[in-house]
Amino acid sequence: MADKIDLLDIEVWDGNMAASQAMRQAQIDVVAAYPITPSTPVVQNYSTFLANNQIDGEFVMVESEHAAMSGCVGASAAGGRVATATSSQGFALMCEVLYQASGMRLPIVMHVVNRALAAPLNVNGDHSDMYLGRDSGWIQADAFNAQEAYDLGLMAFKISEDHKVRLPMMIHQDGFMTSHTAQGVKTLSDDVAYNFIGEFKPMNAMLDLDRPATHGVQTEEDYHYEFKARQHHDLMTFAKAKTQEVFDEFETLTGRKYSMIQEYDMEGADIAIVCMGTSVETARLVATDMRTKGIKAGVIGIRIIRPWPFEEIKEALKDVKAVAALDRSSPNGALGMLYNELAGCLLQNAKPSILSNYVYGLGGRDLTKDNIKQVFTELKANADTGKLTTPTQQWISLNGEALNFF
Amino acid sequence: MSEIKKIKNLKEFSTSADRFEGANLLCPGCAHSIIVREILNATNDDLILGSSTGCLEVCTAVYPYTSWDNSWIHIGFENSSTAIAGAEAMHKAKKRKGTLISDRDPKFVAFGGDGSTYDIGFQWISGCFERGHDMMYVCLDNEVYANTGGQRSSATPIGSSTVTTPAGSHSYGEKKDKKDMLSIMAAHNAPYVAQVAPNKWKDMIKKIQTGFATEGPVYINAMSACTTEWKFDPADTIAVSDLATDSLVFPLYEIINGTELNITYRPKNIVPVKDYLGAQGRFKHLFKPENAHVLDEWQKRTDAKWDLLQRREEARV
Ligand SMILES: Cc1ncc(C[n+]2csc(CCOP(=O)(O)OP(=O)(O)O)c2C)c(N)n1
Ligand code: SF4
Ligand SMILES: [Mg+2]
Repeated sequence: MADKIDLLDIEVWDGNMAASQAMRQAQIDVVAAYPITPSTPVVQNYSTFLANNQIDGEFVMVESEHAAMSGCVGASAAGGRVATATSSQGFALMCEVLYQASGMRLPIVMHVVNRALAAPLNVNGDHSDMYLGRDSGWIQADAFNAQEAYDLGLMAFKISEDHKVRLPMMIHQDGFMTSHTAQGVKTLSDDVAYNFIGEFKPMNAMLDLDRPATHGVQTEEDYHYEFKARQHHDLMTFAKAKTQEVFDEFETLTGRKYSMIQEYDMEGADIAIVCMGTSVETARLVATDMRTKGIKAGVIGIRIIRPWPFEEIKEALKDVKAVAALDRSSPNGALGMLYNELAGCLLQNAKPSILSNYVYGLGGRDLTKDNIKQVFTELKANADTGKLTTPTQQWISLNGEALNFF
Repeated sequence: MSEIKKIKNLKEFSTSADRFEGANLLCPGCAHSIIVREILNATNDDLILGSSTGCLEVCTAVYPYTSWDNSWIHIGFENSSTAIAGAEAMHKAKKRKGTLISDRDPKFVAFGGDGSTYDIGFQWISGCFERGHDMMYVCLDNEVYANTGGQRSSATPIGSSTVTTPAGSHSYGEKKDKKDMLSIMAAHNAPYVAQVAPNKWKDMIKKIQTGFATEGPVYINAMSACTTEWKFDPADTIAVSDLATDSLVFPLYEIINGTELNITYRPKNIVPVKDYLGAQGRFKHLFKPENAHVLDEWQKRTDAKWDLLQRREEARV
């Protein structure tokens, strides 16, 4: 039996420790992981728990991230609780197996501490790895701070392991800004946390020796399409419903409220910024400042990236005059992902908001309050004039000549 | 430890409980299926199996069918080893926690082709062996990427004509000799590694049973004659395999704890290598006068390897 840890009601944790503690409390059967900055401390923390008899499960220290996800898939198919963590290049190396994990309907939980993708090599936070995973069939949740990394880290098992869902889930947090910044995190005791998550209930387990299972079949044009359709259907319906259900249960337990999108100062807002990660908190501060000046500014943080909260966003933006989509990943030849996803939502509103796109923060470039103030100022001009007063896409805080498109 | 299954004769062996269905899409005469059946029939234990992408995988689990009466998993081309290692870790964890679904201890076996083993999956296998998972890894060595139409691998032997090393007016086919996987795996300090051939079924069963009785990672290199890519008549699989073992092109031996090498089969009459090569279309061009030197080279290398094996056996290194 693993020894429990008596946590304080509020612990001073960084995002990596918050993720590690959620993993420990879930009593995972197998973790297969490989270190990479900035998620390395998750692997190290977990090793320390192991060294101090604070976990019962197996910790497989593999030789690469591809092997980490391969081991997770094998372990999960065998029939037990499985989780891992990674970032950036490691995430990219796993990519092949991400699709296999979701296609094989395996409930694996993964903390993704977001970081830029090389080249040029860069260890700092941006959302390139998060964007790389967005068609992989995983549920993707975004934590804006350490508290949320902990909370979502507990909730993820309950969502992912539900027998109707059976889809893997990523919890994103910003590299360094969240992962390495200590803050107060409200905790649950080991028992309360585990009881909330519940025991793992196997399905089609390879280790159910009297009911052998075949995992990872071949399909061609006859069945492949139906497999993918079913997976998409289950993501759009079951995964979404279960996520909301778990959010509600968690609120009852802790009083902390989560929803598909997090709206701040959105009541009667004329202008809004939509963004993810730590930028949400910076934008909130600026929006509050704006409000004191009589400018009706609001912020939407995307909590659940996949399944995409289409209806919620449509509804939240229906009376908003001008909206900015902030993308922290180079679109490399297009408008940003958030811009395009939002445009799809807005198109169905009677009075679509004027939408603009800002690329920012690549490779850890700061996004300051002044930057955000500038965005709100430009949005206000759009709202006041009823038309786009800036180029559609602008790159924020770029040294040298400004970069704009369309 | 589980009991070792007693097998008296080939008839009894071939009719013992089959857990790999004959209903599969492998070519008639494919040695992959013979090897898999021999391995599965060698034990009464439950098995958790994995296959990398390749002929065995695409021919045995085409939805909505499966040829596997044991739990089986396929992920990708390079990672059956790690998939099975993950399952083994899960078994260990659940056993310790007392949450196993079944109270029996299964054996864990991963299969991969030579492409999967010698090339793309090499790092994953090395990782599994270094970490010491209690599992068996079996390479179905047909010396070519058969599933994708016969491209070379690093197990393709010199002179073989493949679609990526075709024989032509200026080429006799593959230029390099195959990688010595058995030595590489023995160098991982694996407790047991062995080369087997399905035609020598008694030798093979003994090694498989030794492997199952061994704790820790076991590597088996199984010669798998491929009627399609080696180009011989499907009825001749065993005859070609006999030529391979009797010419010493595929010597049968084992290495225990990284150093104790035992030769397990010494042919009464060693046949010339060219008899083995001549039985297969992939070496047909070597019999043209301009390629005579390759035939000589083949015999020389085979003799040298056999000599080295005998010296290693004697020296226990
Ligand atoms: C990552 C990746 N690269 C390439 C392939 C294409 N591919 C599938 S099977 C195969 C060859 C299999 O050869 P081998 O491992 O020797 O098995 P065999 O079919 O000969 O039994 C190749 C190249 C793939 N499926 N995945
Ligand atoms: S191509 Fe070769 S290895 Fe593949 S099924 Fe046919 S005989 Fe077997
Ligand atoms: Mg092959």
